Amino acid sequence: MNSIVTPIKSERLVIVGNGMVGHHCVEQLVERLLGRGTLGLHEIHVYGEERQRAYDRVHLSEYFGGRDAESLALCEADYYARHGVQAHLGVQVIDIDRDRREVITTAGRQPYDRLILATGSYPFVPPIAGAEGNARLVYRTLDDLDGIRAAAAGARRGVVVGGGLLGLEAANALKSLGLEAHVVEFAPRLMPVQLDEQGGAALKARIEALGVGVHLSRATQEIIVGEEYAYRMAFQDGDFLETDLIVFSAGIRPQDALARRCGLDVGARGGVVVDNDCRTSDPAIFAIGECAAWNGSVFGLVAPGYTMARTVAAQLAGEAHTPFTGADMSTKLKLLGVDVGSIGDAHGATPGSKSYRFIDEATASYRRLVVSPDGKTVIGAVLVGDNSYYDTLLQYAQNGIKLPAEPSGLILPAGEGAPALGADALPDTATICSCHNVSKGAVCCQIDAGVTDLGELKAATKAGTGCGGCSALLKQVFEHELAARGVAVDKSLCEHFAYTRQELYGIVRVEGIQTFEALLAKHGRGHVGCDICKPAVGSILASCWNKPITDPLLIPLQDTNDTFMANMQKNGTYSIVPRIAGGEITPDKLIVLGQVAKKYDLYTKITGGQRIDLFGAQLHELPDIWGELIDAGFETGHAYGKSLRTVKSCVGSTWCRYGVQDSVGMALRLEDRYKGLRSPHKIKFGVSGCTRECAEAQSKDIGVIATDKGWNLYVAGNGGMRPRHAELLATDLDDETLVRTIDRFLMFYVRTADKLQRTSVWRESLEGGLDYLKDVIVHDSLGLGAELEAQMQLVVDRYECEWANALKDPEKLKRFRTFVNDERGDPDVHFVKERGQRRPVRASELHLIPVAEEAL
Amino acid sequence: MSQSNTLRVQPLETVTWRALCSRQDLVAHSGVVAWLDGEQVALFHLPDTETGDQVFAIANKDPKSGANVIGRGIVGQLKGDLVIASPLYKQHFRLADGTCLEYPEQRLRVWPARLNGDAVEIAH
Ligand code: SRM
Ligand SMILES: Cc1cc2nc3c(=O)[nH]c(=O)nc-3n(C[C@H](O)[C@H](O)[C@H](O)COP(=O)(O)OP(=O)(O)OC[C@H]3O[C@@H](n4cnc5c(N)ncnc54)[C@H](O)[C@@H]3O)c2cc1C
Ligand code: SF4
Ligand code: FES
Repeated sequence: MNSIVTPIKSERLVIVGNGMVGHHCVEQLVERLLGRGTLGLHEIHVYGEERQRAYDRVHLSEYFGGRDAESLALCEADYYARHGVQAHLGVQVIDIDRDRREVITTAGRQPYDRLILATGSYPFVPPIAGAEGNARLVYRTLDDLDGIRAAAAGARRGVVVGGGLLGLEAANALKSLGLEAHVVEFAPRLMPVQLDEQGGAALKARIEALGVGVHLSRATQEIIVGEEYAYRMAFQDGDFLETDLIVFSAGIRPQDALARRCGLDVGARGGVVVDNDCRTSDPAIFAIGECAAWNGSVFGLVAPGYTMARTVAAQLAGEAHTPFTGADMSTKLKLLGVDVGSIGDAHGATPGSKSYRFIDEATASYRRLVVSPDGKTVIGAVLVGDNSYYDTLLQYAQNGIKLPAEPSGLILPAGEGAPALGADALPDTATICSCHNVSKGAVCCQIDAGVTDLGELKAATKAGTGCGGCSALLKQVFEHELAARGVAVDKSLCEHFAYTRQELYGIVRVEGIQTFEALLAKHGRGHVGCDICKPAVGSILASCWNKPITDPLLIPLQDTNDTFMANMQKNGTYSIVPRIAGGEITPDKLIVLGQVAKKYDLYTKITGGQRIDLFGAQLHELPDIWGELIDAGFETGHAYGKSLRTVKSCVGSTWCRYGVQDSVGMALRLEDRYKGLRSPHKIKFGVSGCTRECAEAQSKDIGVIATDKGWNLYVAGNGGMRPRHAELLATDLDDETLVRTIDRFLMFYVRTADKLQRTSVWRESLEGGLDYLKDVIVHDSLGLGAELEAQMQLVVDRYECEWANALKDPEKLKRFRTFVNDERGDPDVHFVKERGQRRPVRASELHLIPVAEEAL
Repeated sequence: MSQSNTLRVQPLETVTWRALCSRQDLVAHSGVVAWLDGEQVALFHLPDTETGDQVFAIANKDPKSGANVIGRGIVGQLKGDLVIASPLYKQHFRLADGTCLEYPEQRLRVWPARLNGDAVEIAH
């Protein structure tokens, strides 16, 4: 115990602005002070005028893509409280009394010993007559986005003023809100700061192809009432554009109002003037992030702000610090789905510099490489259409790596001998993650200290946890360095099995292993396993032997979804998806679904897979609900399993005037045959009755399309994150051959695919490609056909509805209790009504719910 | 990593054991949840750990989602520590002391637990 004899007066630190950089500074400070054991000697106050605690502004647009404020937050809700930091949110600092060393806020006064300004920027709105209300929206904060969302309700068209990086992002947001989007730019090209003329032109072509209107060299004179839309923007050249709302994204200005008011030095073009220590003209006041002007420049990116935050945190903690000496403004983005990259001197402004250009007008791709006057190093680059060149170019530029003999190779399409910069060519000082300032050397240090897992590396260095732009490079460097140290880059399933899924499948089948324990004892390490190997082995055992997954030996292996045969939702309740094979359902069964949903108050929705999902059941309700469904003739839909999901069908020849085969009949037959088949990942089918393809079969793992003579079989399609068209495997098959071929294909996939690999990814990793697959499946080149069919038949013969099986056995049902020692439901599950049904309450709504509401 | 340490944080004389449910309510190698005066306790039964037949008691609320789901996760062992993986976002908590391996600030409460004949007891 170290006892403190004289009480030391604690230092009062006040941070104005709880944005990305202000928060990073607090985090850095807390970490350092904790490390030195001096956190208790500081009284830290944070003021933020926004209501929300610091959030990830870089990913702000995802707010329109479904993320909520909570998931964008940069820290846990209790982070500040836990470390004794006093956060004053929704409180604005309105003045600084430098003589008395006090900040004056909307909530009172607060003395400081040292003050940090991290007030960021504000959007600049040019003074245009008529720019007000919905014709004067901006794009910077969560509240701004709420404003845009409200304005978009009922609107048809939206315009963004400003064709820079943020403007294009805002245009994308308008598009995602269902509006027709237009961009109006004053300059003669898009992204004038980052791109050169051709780059701008390539980007324009790509963006117009996406249906976004691009209007260049347009200056808006005034905004008046429109005829067809709410507003009319009158341009200087006499032209006009009408719209229902206008978002201004015409640049940002440093938020330096406080500094001006209290007489700190402010730069000619705005921003609080700081030195290399980020100190302002008052030594007790620092400024960091977008509000600071260093050497005449302000930096509108998060990485330089983070560097400033670290510089200041180190000084406040009394540690040696690295001065701030400027920052690289290179950027890589995906705007409206188009890759755009800009590095260093993108315009080739350096006297004597030379450029290489690559233009592909067919795909509107453009790349420019700017090299130094002596032709030895890269000083800038522009990329439009394909950012796969970015990492390599950035490393060349940042680290002054000597150019290869043929520099143009760096921007020529890959495959033409492009000398991609291997991870080994990077010097130790190369920055891998600029957000968190992690160099290749730091990655190597971690490896030498024993880190062999990417997750651990990220936790230890924070690399890759800022903007995320460095993830691919980080992984590459990490794996390369591991390999270089003779650490075989580990393909093991996890720490318990030094095998891949394929290898384990082989072992299980060849040795006839029936339980996880037996496999672990003979071929694994330890005697418990983990949440990676248990479900993988559970799935292999089920694919091979198809025992009921409710078997007591299998239960502990499975994810909660498989264990309780339902899909867990965010609030811990479950959804229920009965099988509705082929999407065909009788009116009576529809009524039963309605009645059950009503009785248990389940949120009801038609799924993307042609069936009906009932949400919001608690654990103890599942057996009762399933009892009623099974009595009405339903069976489980395996929505929870890595197994067959749905066979989507179109109505086919039975009703449709174009149908040439009975697609519903075939869909029912296929769904009935493969239901319950456990596989490395989920499997989806589609069956269309003619070539019009209304069942979208070519986007499925198995796609069947009717022809005059039979069926065409497509395989390995995918929707989801990386859509892939299915490929034609065989044509004009009769019913029996179709089924046999699918048997073989699926079993071959089950046998050889990796854990959680869809058929599409598996097919792409198959050496020999489609031809090899055709050889094995259609021409039986390996002589495996009969065996694969027999294996499938075993699985099919052993099928039993898992829910029916569980309901027969009280022992299996005993786990379907919310509490083993109490009848009640989970009292923390709360719902609210929306559009006539209930949905989980949001955290922000919780306090509105009267306690009495919960009567479960 | 020894599990027995945390079971002895209090002097043994002051510990009061309280029965929550019976051995038959447990599910081997997996979890169930018990109600304890307004608190939710996830109980995991591991019949064959290095120290024999063991029960672990840990808070049921997943700090990341705020949902009461820990009792429905998968039990595992990582680098020697027995852990439970949250079923929603898959972060791991040490059964011995509730520490979250990925986010140390998300620590869960644990209770000393034991099998006493047929009864499952926790100390509190
Ligand atoms: C309910 C449903 C959305 C809806 O309201 O319509 C849905 C809901 C979920 N999908 Fe889906 N998907 C649903 C149709 C689809 C479709 C459309 C389709 O099947 O035609 C797709 C794209 C097609 C495809 O898979 O190729 C789809 C692509 C995904 C993916 C991405 C897969 C990929 O390969 O990229 C995931 C994530 C995963 O599996 O890893 C996913 C995962 C999920 C999960 C399991 C996410 C989760 O872990 O909680 C959701 C759980 C549902 C639940 O609790 O019941 N869902 N999901 C649809 C259920 C269909 C059904 O009746 O079974
Ligand atoms: C849509 C969008 C996309 C972006 N994409 C990228 C990207 O891909 N990469 C990248 O590097 N950067 C990106 N940025 C920029 C990045 O978000 C900023 O560089 C970063 O947020 C700057 O952090 P900051 O803390 O300096 O300012 P902010 O994050 O703006 O924080 C300043 C905070 O201070 C508060 N404040 C101001 N005055 C006061 C006062 N008087 N009292 C109390 N509080 C006050 C403000 O309300 C604000 O919350 C993007 C920005 C936006 C808007
Ligand atoms: S249902 Fe599918 S697309 Fe929708 S949120 Fe869930 S996983 Fe994403
Ligand atoms: S560069 Fe932004 S997270 Fe690494």
